Amino acid sequence: MIRFFQHLGHTTTSSFAKLGRSFFFLTHTLTASASVIPRPRLLTNQLYSVGVLSFLIITISGLFVGMVLGLQGFYILSDFGAEETLGVMVAASLVRELGPVVAALLFAGRAGSALTAEIGLMKATEQLSGMEMMAIDPLKRIIAPRFLAGFIAMPLLAALFSSVGVLGGHIVGVGTLGVDDGAYWSQMQAGLDFQDDIINGIIKSIVFGFAISWISLFEGYDAIPTSEGVSRATTRTVVNSAFTILGLDFILTALMFGDI
Amino acid sequence: MDSDTEIVSIQNLSFSRGDRKIFNDISLSIPRGKITAIMGPSGTGKTTLLKLIGGQLYPDQGSVLVDKQNVHQLKRSDLYTLRKRMGMLFQSGALLTDINVFDNVALPLREHTTLSESMIRSLVLIKLQAVGLRGARDLMPNELSGGMARRVALARAIALDPMMIMYDEPFTGQDPISLGTLVKLIKEMNNVLGLTSIIVSHDVEETIGIADYIYVLSEGKIAGQGTPEQIKNLDSEWVQQFMNGHADGPVHFHYPADNYHKDLFEN
Repeated sequence: MIRFFQHLGHTTTSSFAKLGRSFFFLTHTLTASASVIPRPRLLTNQLYSVGVLSFLIITISGLFVGMVLGLQGFYILSDFGAEETLGVMVAASLVRELGPVVAALLFAGRAGSALTAEIGLMKATEQLSGMEMMAIDPLKRIIAPRFLAGFIAMPLLAALFSSVGVLGGHIVGVGTLGVDDGAYWSQMQAGLDFQDDIINGIIKSIVFGFAISWISLFEGYDAIPTSEGVSRATTRTVVNSAFTILGLDFILTALMFGDI
Repeated sequence: MDSDTEIVSIQNLSFSRGDRKIFNDISLSIPRGKITAIMGPSGTGKTTLLKLIGGQLYPDQGSVLVDKQNVHQLKRSDLYTLRKRMGMLFQSGALLTDINVFDNVALPLREHTTLSESMIRSLVLIKLQAVGLRGARDLMPNELSGGMARRVALARAIALDPMMIMYDEPFTGQDPISLGTLVKLIKEMNNVLGLTSIIVSHDVEETIGIADYIYVLSEGKIAGQGTPEQIKNLDSEWVQQFMNGHADGPVHFHYPADNYHKDLFEN
C-alpha cells in the first residue's frame, strides 16, 4: 500500500517536473526564435524537411479523404434528394474539421516523430553538448528554426489537405456520381463563410502546428540519450501529439462554433 | 602554484549523481602551456570533471576557476565568452551529421566572427591541413572513420584558437596508426600553438608518453599525482594496479556479491 502511494507520488512529481521543464523549454525557444531572422537559410532548410517532404503524404491522404467524403455524402444526401449540396458538405467537413485535424495527425506522424528522433540522436551523440561547449546555443541554432518551420508549415499543409480533399470530392461526386458541376461549386460558395469556416480552420491548424512542434522538439531535447530513450521519446511524441490535437480540437470547436 | 602559471584551479570540489558521490572534496590545478592528464578507471567521473570545468554541470560544493574566473558564477553570456576560449574534443567527435567536414570546422567561425567567407575558407583549410584532412573537406561525417572524425573535431576545436583544449578519451577505440597520429597531433598542437591541454584517459601508455603531469582519480579522490616518472614509482598499491593493468588488487575482479557457494547451492 505504501509502495503504491510512493509510486503515485513519484509519478505525480516527475510529471509536474517534466511539465515545468517543457514550459521552460518553450519560453527559451520562443526567445531564441528571434535569432533565426538573420539566418534565413536555417529556416528554409527546415521548411524543406518538415514541410516539403510532408507534401506527398498530405496530398494523397487529402485526396482519398475527399473522395470518401464525396461517396458517403452522396449516399446520405441523395436519400433526401439533396445531393446538390454535396459541395458544401465536403468543403465544410474538410475546412472545419478534417483538414486541420487529419493533416495535423499525419504531420505529427511524419514530421514530429522525425524531429524527436533527430534531436534525441543529436543529444545521444553529444552534438548538442558539443555545440554548447563551442559557445553555440543549440536552442538558437537547432531548436528554434525547427520550431518555426513546424509552426509555418502546418497551416499550409492543412490548407493543401482541404483543397485537395475538395477536388477529391469533386472527382467522385461530379465525375462519377453525376452531381451537377455548377451546383457543387456554387453551393460551396454560398454555404461556407470565410470568417467562420476558413479563418477558424486556419486558426486551428496554427494551434496544432504550435503544439506538435513544441511536443516533438521537447521530447527529443528531454529524451534519455540512449537508443531505448530515443525510441520511447518518439513514441511519446506521436501519442501525446494525437491526444493534444484531438483534445484541443474539441476545445477550439466548442469555442468557435458552439454556444459555450 | 601561483595564478599566472595555472589556467584551471579546482578547489574542494564535490559532485554527486543521485546518491553516488562522484567527487569527494578534490582539489587540483592545471598549469598553463603544459599537457596535464587526468587518469582513472571507467566510471570515475573523468568526463564529468571536464563538463564541470566547461560549466555544463554544477558542483555540489567547491569552485572551478578557469583563467581566474569562477565558471559557475558567470552569467550565461560571460560563460559563453569564456567557452570560446576553451576547446573540447568529445569522445565521439560530436560533429554535426547534417553538414560536411568543411562546414563543421567553419561553424564556430561563422557563428562567432564576422569574417568574410573567403577568410573563413582560408582559415578552415589551414586548420584542416594541420590535422592532415584538407582533402576530406567535402566528406560527410558518416563517411569518416573514427580516427578521422576525431581529427576533424580537433580542427574544429582549434578553429577559434582557444587557450586550452580538453580531450575526452582521445585514444579510445583507435587503430595503431590513428593512435600514433593523434598522439603526435596533441603534442604538436601543444608545442606549436602554445595551448594548454587537458587529457582525460585510461590509456596508460599513450598518456604517460605525452603528459607533463598526471592526476590519477579513484572513487572520488585523487589517488596519486606527479610527473610520469613519479607516478610509475609511486608507492600506492592502487595506482600500481591501475598503471600495470593487474586484474586483481585493491580493485577486486569480482563485483561485490553474496557467498558464491551459498548462491549456487542454497537457493
